[in-house]
Amino acid sequence: MGEKLLMKGNEALAEGAVRAGCRFFAGYPITPQNEVPEYMSWRLSEAGGTFIQAESEVAAINMLYGAAATGTRTMTSSSSPGISLKQEGVSYCAGADLPIFFANVVRGGPGLGNISGSQGDYFQSTRGGGHGDYRVFVMAPNSVEEMGNFPLKCYETAEKYRVPAMILADGILGQMMEPIEFKFEAIDPKQLKAPDWALGVNEGRPKRIVRSYDLREGALEHLTLSRAKRYKEIEDKEALCEEKMTEDADLILVAYGTASRVCQAALKMARESGLKVGLARPITLWPFPKKKLSELSARAKSLLVVEMSLGQMIEDVKLAVECRLSVHLHARCSGAVLTGEEVFQAVQGLLKKSKKGEALCSR
Amino acid sequence: MQQVNKKPKSLTEARMHYCPGCGHGIAHRLVAECIDELGVQGRAVGVAPVGCSVFADDYFNCDMIQGPHGRGPAIATGIKRCRPQCVVFSYQGDGDLASIGMAETIHSAARSENITLVFINNSIYGMTGGQMAPTTLLGQKSTTSPKGRDAAVNGYPIRVCELLSQLEGARYLERTSVHSAAHVIKTKKALKKAFQCQLDNKGFSMVEVLSMCPTNLGITPKECVKFIAEKMLPQYPLGVYKDLDAKKG
Repeated sequence: MGEKLLMKGNEALAEGAVRAGCRFFAGYPITPQNEVPEYMSWRLSEAGGTFIQAESEVAAINMLYGAAATGTRTMTSSSSPGISLKQEGVSYCAGADLPIFFANVVRGGPGLGNISGSQGDYFQSTRGGGHGDYRVFVMAPNSVEEMGNFPLKCYETAEKYRVPAMILADGILGQMMEPIEFKFEAIDPKQLKAPDWALGVNEGRPKRIVRSYDLREGALEHLTLSRAKRYKEIEDKEALCEEKMTEDADLILVAYGTASRVCQAALKMARESGLKVGLARPITLWPFPKKKLSELSARAKSLLVVEMSLGQMIEDVKLAVECRLSVHLHARCSGAVLTGEEVFQAVQGLLKKSKKGEALCSR
Repeated sequence: MQQVNKKPKSLTEARMHYCPGCGHGIAHRLVAECIDELGVQGRAVGVAPVGCSVFADDYFNCDMIQGPHGRGPAIATGIKRCRPQCVVFSYQGDGDLASIGMAETIHSAARSENITLVFINNSIYGMTGGQMAPTTLLGQKSTTSPKGRDAAVNGYPIRVCELLSQLEGARYLERTSVHSAAHVIKTKKALKKAFQCQLDNKGFSMVEVLSMCPTNLGITPKECVKFIAEKMLPQYPLGVYKDLDAKKG
C-alpha cells in the first residue's frame, strides 16, 4: 500500500488478486491474458499458494470448483474462447453457491477471432454466461490501477452473497502499462474466518455437501428463488457508476472499460468546443447501474452509447431509461480500436442534428 | 450372539437407489470399509460424478462434492492442493472417466496428483439409459449401437489401466472385479492399497472395478455375472498395472 508501481494490466490483476488473499490459481495459456498465469506461477509459490497450469480451460475451472469448495480464495483467468469453455463450470459454481473469482481479458470474436481488445463478451458476462438461471457479479475496470484494486471487491462481494464474481477487461487493458497504487493492505487469508460450508477435515461435525443439483419436486425452484433474493439485494446495493460532467450535459456518453477511456478524450474535445457533453461509466456491469442511468435520463436530452461491440450494453441502457430519451450507438467491433476523434465526430453529428430539430430529443 | 459384520461408519443411513444386481452398492461399501479401517473418515472428502452414482454424495458419510461430468479428477486436484491433509477420492463411471473426462484422468495421473480414483467399468452408460460407453465391448449391443459395437463405425474399447500405466505419474493402478465374493475381497484389498498410496504421499492411484449393470445390458443379474466372467475379463484382464513399491522391491 502507498507505493506507486509501474505495471502491465494483466500483472496488476494477478498481483491484486494475491494481495486480496488469492491462494489458488489454475489457468491455461491464451493471448492476451498470458501474463496472468505467468505472474501467478512464481508469485503464488512465494505467497504459499498453489499455481496449476491445467490441461484445459475446462479442467482449470473445475479445479477452482474444488478449491473454492474448501473456502480458499481462488482465481482463474482467460480470454474469450477460453471463457466460453469455462462457462459450464461457472454455472456449477453459481448453482453450488461457491464464491469463485475469474477474469476475462476479452479479445476479438466470434470464433478464434483475433487477439486485439474487444467488448464482445458483454452479453455472455452479464447474462450469467453458462446454462441455467444465474448471475455473476461483473466489474469493468478502465485502468491498470483498477485492474489491481478490483479483485478485492470481487472477493468480498462473491463471499458476502455467495456468487461467482468476475472482472471483464480486454486485451488493451491487459497489455498496457500504467502507474498503480494498491489501495488496501495485503490480506493474509489465514486471518479470514473459515466459512461454515467449506469442505475439509470433518472430524466432529456433520458432513457437508457441495452440489448444484436437487431432483426433488419443487426443491430446485425453491433454491433458485432463495438465490434470486440475493441477486435482488446485489442489484439494490452493489451497482457502481462513475460520472463526469453530467450536471449540465445535453448529451451523455455511456461507456465502460477501454471505451470509457476513449470517451474521456472525446469528452475533452467536446467541452473545448463548447459542447455540453458528459460521461457515465458503469463500473459494475451486473448489477447494471440502472438507477443512475434513469436519473441521468431525466436531465440529459440524449445518450450516446459507445461500445467496442455491435451494441450489447445499449440494451441495458435502453431498459434503464425506459424510452424517456433517445439512445444512440457508436460501435466498433471484433478488435477494432475506437479513437477519441471518431467519438467526438459522432457527438458533433448528433448535436448538429438536434439543432436542426431532427428527432434526437424524443423526450 | 456375536456380530460379525455391520454397516461401515463411512456410509450414511440413506437408502441407496441402485437397481437389483448393480455393482455400485458393493463398490460403495468397499470404499467405505477402507476409509473406516484406515481411520480417515474425519478427513475424507469424496467427489461424486454425473451418472448413476451422482447420489454418492448422500451415501458416503464424509464431506462430499458433486461436480460436472468427467471433471472429478480436476475437482479432486483443487481440493487436495488446498487441503493436503484430507484424503480425497473421486468415484466415477466409465462414460465419466474414460470418455468426457479422459483428459482430466490422464493429466491428473501425469501430474501424479495425490488423489485416488475409483473407476467403475460396467461397459455401458447407466443413468442415461444404456448408450455405448468407451468400454463397451465389440459386438456388444447398446441403445446407440443397436446392432452391436462395430469397430469400423464405433472404434475400439479403451483399456484405461493399460493406458495410464505408461505414465510415470501413475503410482498405483489395479483392475479388479466385483462379480464374485472372491473378487470382492480382492477389490477391497486393491482399494486399501490405493488409499494407502495416497496416505503415504506417493501420488496418483486408481482402482478400475469391473461391475454389473444388468438393467442396461438387458439381462438378469445372474447373466450379468456370467457376462463379466466370460466377456469382460478377456478384454479387461485383472491385475496390478502399476505398483511403485513392487518396482522398488
